[in-house]
Amino acid sequence: MASSHGTPPVFTNKIVAWIDYRLPIFSYIEKEYHTFPTPRNFNYFWNFGAIATVMLVLMIATGIVLAINYTPYVTMAFDSVERIDRDVPQGWLIRDLHMNGASFFFIAVYIHIFRGMYYGSYKAPRELLWILGVVIFLLMMATAFMGYVLPWGQMSFWGATVITSLFSAIPVVGDAVVTWLWGGFSVGNPTLNRFYALHYLLPFIIVAVVALHVVALHVHGSNNPTGIDPKGPQDTVPFHPYYTMKDGFGVVVFLIVFSGFVFFAPDYLGHPDNYIPADPLVTPAHIVPEWYFLPFYAILRAVPDKLGGVIAMFGAIAVLFILPWLDTSRVRSATFRPIYKWFMMVLVVDVVVLGLCGANPPAGFWIPLSQVATLYYFFHFLILLPILGKIERPLPLPPSIADSVLKKKAG
Amino acid sequence: MASSSVPADGHGDHTRRDFLMVATGALGAVGAAAVAWPFINNLNPAADTLALASVEVNVKPIEVGQAITVSWRGKPVFIRHRTAKDIKEAEAVPMSELPDPQTDNARVTDTAKKVRPEWLIMIGVCTHLGCVPLGNKPGQDKGPYGGWYCPCHGSAYDTSGRIRKGPAPLNLAIPQYLFLSDSLVRIG
Repeated sequence: MASSHGTPPVFTNKIVAWIDYRLPIFSYIEKEYHTFPTPRNFNYFWNFGAIATVMLVLMIATGIVLAINYTPYVTMAFDSVERIDRDVPQGWLIRDLHMNGASFFFIAVYIHIFRGMYYGSYKAPRELLWILGVVIFLLMMATAFMGYVLPWGQMSFWGATVITSLFSAIPVVGDAVVTWLWGGFSVGNPTLNRFYALHYLLPFIIVAVVALHVVALHVHGSNNPTGIDPKGPQDTVPFHPYYTMKDGFGVVVFLIVFSGFVFFAPDYLGHPDNYIPADPLVTPAHIVPEWYFLPFYAILRAVPDKLGGVIAMFGAIAVLFILPWLDTSRVRSATFRPIYKWFMMVLVVDVVVLGLCGANPPAGFWIPLSQVATLYYFFHFLILLPILGKIERPLPLPPSIADSVLKKKAG
Repeated sequence: MASSSVPADGHGDHTRRDFLMVATGALGAVGAAAVAWPFINNLNPAADTLALASVEVNVKPIEVGQAITVSWRGKPVFIRHRTAKDIKEAEAVPMSELPDPQTDNARVTDTAKKVRPEWLIMIGVCTHLGCVPLGNKPGQDKGPYGGWYCPCHGSAYDTSGRIRKGPAPLNLAIPQYLFLSDSLVRIG
């Protein structure tokens, strides 16, 4: 692929040429975002990396502005958020963008993860690219959790209590670890202060890991819907203008849906209980995390043992790290894997079912349902994937990307 | 090292070089740990947080069968004036039925070793993931064992605050407390 990069660009603008000779940022942009050879057959699933990046930038921009008006102190935090909503010029807009932005960042990332799983983007030589992605996902979860604590409503407080208490399940040192996380004997002012500091820090660490994610991506280039490597210039197009346009289009469509929530249903994805100031003596009748954590919350509750539940919940994310080695099939794309294709859809249904279980109280048929769904989740990764790769007979792969595209056109 | 057979000029003296590398690395690791420690310990509770040590509560107005919630170290503490039926039920439970076996007597003894079965004083924090169980206020769901019930993940406690059913591993914790008189108790 390096061959199609051609000769380094010559800049006619003297200032650009002067800078580029000393710090080759323009050459870099030219090479990685303009001429960069990209498979010509992307579908719209390939938009979500760019969409997630836009959401990250939006979250940081709105977050910095919110921080200017926010007060991280237990007696003032709730009121300072209300003040942002009511009194600060355009504060309501910035806050609603940030609040709903978190949800839409997760929507983009979940679709991005699904894309990676369906088209086998995690397979050699992109294992590290995938692992960096899981690291970003974990950092996002930590950041979102700590951000949700800052308005200091009832869900903030009790969400913080339940999630930090997960660590008390660690044998021997658990309670000491929890006291250390809290900076006290319960969730309180020291907890709010440190969560605020970390909530401001972590997004910049996410930016750094995203940079590594992109560097790793640009070593071997993107995967594509056929899962076969580009074999020459006939299989690729330059990143700009082809995919800058396509990504731009996808971003705009995504932002239209996002704006619908921001302007017409800003609290639809939140919980009314978080508009009640935190009360350390009263737990809300029904504690639920934000929707994007519900499947993992259901796994936590599915196991009738404290330590077991915590291990299962973290295990559900840990299996993603070793996914490139659990999937033994040498064919990347589900398009050519007749059995895996269906199991991948079953996994999506399973995760949605887990989400529903997490949203409902732990009683009645929700308990056995969440247990079955949890078992299936681990069955998919730990048993099905290693075996399926051995027994499944893949469909014949097309000879090249160009070939598959042109055949589709002709047919 | 002196007995090493390699030439005195040090070339090829792997043993000596290795020793220096390991010693330097070990010293560096100790230094890094020493620098990391203040940063880690900094996150532990501060002196003023630790100083919020005790509260005194007048229990005289609490009628038999009533319970109150007081705040201690930012946590709710349940004080229940138990009925004779509560006490009898709690004492009758065989130890073999308890996930965290503890006699009822052991849970109603103050720091002066005086047993007061009518007063059950415990930290109202579910030992699963820290929610406040229901059952301390009239009309709340006391759960299948007549004590407390945690709505978050379904743990049920008996009239002695011991875990009977659900994901919580331990009984509700008993804080240190001392009855200064028959009506005044100091918690902490």
